[in-house]
Amino acid sequence: MMKMEKMATREGYGKALVKLGAEQQNIVVLDADLAKSTKSYEFCKHYPERFFNMGIAEQNLMGAAAGLAASGKIVFASTFAIFATGRAFEQIRNSIAYPKLNVKIAASHAGLTVGEDGASHQAIVDISIMRSLPNMTVIAPADGVEAEKAVCAAAQYEGPVYLRLGRSAVPVIYGEEHEFTIGKASQLREGHDATIFACGIMVAESLQAAEELAGEGLAVRVINMATIKPLDQEAVLRAARETGAIVTAEEHSVIGGLGSAVAEVLVENAPIPMERVGVRDTFGESGKPQALLEKYGLTAKEIKEAVYRVIERKNK
Amino acid sequence: MEKMIDQQKLEETAKQIRRDIIAMLTEAGSGHPGGSLSATEIVTYLYFAEMQVDPQNPSWSDRDRFVLSKGHAAPVLYAALAGRGFFPREELLTIRKINRPLQGHPDMKKVPGVDMSTGSLGQGISAAVGMGLAGKLDKKAYRVFALLGDGEIEEGQVWEAAMAAAHYKLDNLIAFLDHNGLQIDGPVTEVMSPEPIEDKFRAFGWQVERVNGHSFTEIAAAVEAAKRVQDKPALIIADTVKGKGVSFMENQLGWHGNAPSKEQAEKALAELA
Repeated sequence: MMKMEKMATREGYGKALVKLGAEQQNIVVLDADLAKSTKSYEFCKHYPERFFNMGIAEQNLMGAAAGLAASGKIVFASTFAIFATGRAFEQIRNSIAYPKLNVKIAASHAGLTVGEDGASHQAIVDISIMRSLPNMTVIAPADGVEAEKAVCAAAQYEGPVYLRLGRSAVPVIYGEEHEFTIGKASQLREGHDATIFACGIMVAESLQAAEELAGEGLAVRVINMATIKPLDQEAVLRAARETGAIVTAEEHSVIGGLGSAVAEVLVENAPIPMERVGVRDTFGESGKPQALLEKYGLTAKEIKEAVYRVIERKNK
Repeated sequence: MEKMIDQQKLEETAKQIRRDIIAMLTEAGSGHPGGSLSATEIVTYLYFAEMQVDPQNPSWSDRDRFVLSKGHAAPVLYAALAGRGFFPREELLTIRKINRPLQGHPDMKKVPGVDMSTGSLGQGISAAVGMGLAGKLDKKAYRVFALLGDGEIEEGQVWEAAMAAAHYKLDNLIAFLDHNGLQIDGPVTEVMSPEPIEDKFRAFGWQVERVNGHSFTEIAAAVEAAKRVQDKPALIIADTVKGKGVSFMENQLGWHGNAPSKEQAEKALAELA
């Protein structure tokens, strides 16, 4: 059984920043009046001279981040995912991705689990938007431990990175020994009947689904695909070969996110039955995070149903 | 204190840059002559009388920076960089051609001496703010110069950046505003008036100077004054003529984004001889 300890991925971000700030003098952190929510404030508390609040001005946040990066800084720019990828999209495209500047866009409150703030604040197409940009790396960590490690890996990597972080506490999956490498999938459970590829909070749901399926006689592989770009194609193709059926699960629209990325690899290399669990091309609404996940079909229950569907198609 | 400048030499350089602009755009068959010609004295002054840069070491960390926020005026920047020896002059005629570095709008990864990739209006000034913050953080003496268009300041991002520059007391940031009065769809005051520009920037916490943007002595005096300003950024509003130096382009809307024909180029080059 999974440990019941819980931690939000944004907490991992804050912890990593404090550590990185001590190790590397050229790390600079920017926020847009959400520092306490995104947890960039943890950095501000320790290194106030290297923290700049840009106010409620996300376009300038990204542009100033680009200018700092062009001057040799490793820049973390934080705000909510909805504003980073929506309001400041073109600044990210033209001022950060195009010149391949060393800016890490650490976007918190992604997905439906923002909860009560409602649809206006729920980023459900951010992976899709960021994944389509040349030069952009996209990471959605599964838990607080992985988030901390992913932030450190992003700091070591030269170039733009989109880090997708969540507001709500999620089960801790990994121990401190977990090694995170950008672009490398992490297998959490072995199985041969089907494979679930998941990212973010859906990794824990996938593990629960696989546990329940095991009790029903099905052995399902679970892989955490924290890096959505560059995608670990080898892990997808191996799963296709060895299990013949794939389900993806993400707290994101089924259009353009992890499911689409996996489908692109399959359709060009090894077309096999596949099912996608995600938001079905609709906006969310206000509500408790758990209630939203249930209403919009983002729980272990839907993952299990998708696994049964995909195995039935495989066996036809 | 007045700065000594070699006005005659600067005027010759500006004329050469204008000839380069015409030659480049004619060869390319597209591009933006009007706003390149209006900004010629500003860019000439910065690269030939003001900025500490090293063409042999374009990424020298102590260099002064220049961000062409109105990125469509790329030809004037390229001509100045070639004139300063950042790359061979022959390269100028490859502007806008496939497989060559001189993009339609400046690309910092492709062209030595270009400090920021720009082209989408309003974005360059934010990058300049970031460079100013970095200079303060590193306690470096370099200055960041930026060039905005008067139509460009209709972009909301410009005012986000203006607010931040004043908030962080970026007295290492000096922005020029190429006030030529025209944008694509008509006079700036008719399309979407940003006036009164001086009052707006002052209200945002900037030091504001106003000069004839084709007078080297006025530009020099304004830059010297801006350099003396402490604890706030400076804006130099340069009143200019769009298409300056080519009689049939001056103050003509049609020359914002159209290249001259071979015949028109000959006429222009004769005027700039």
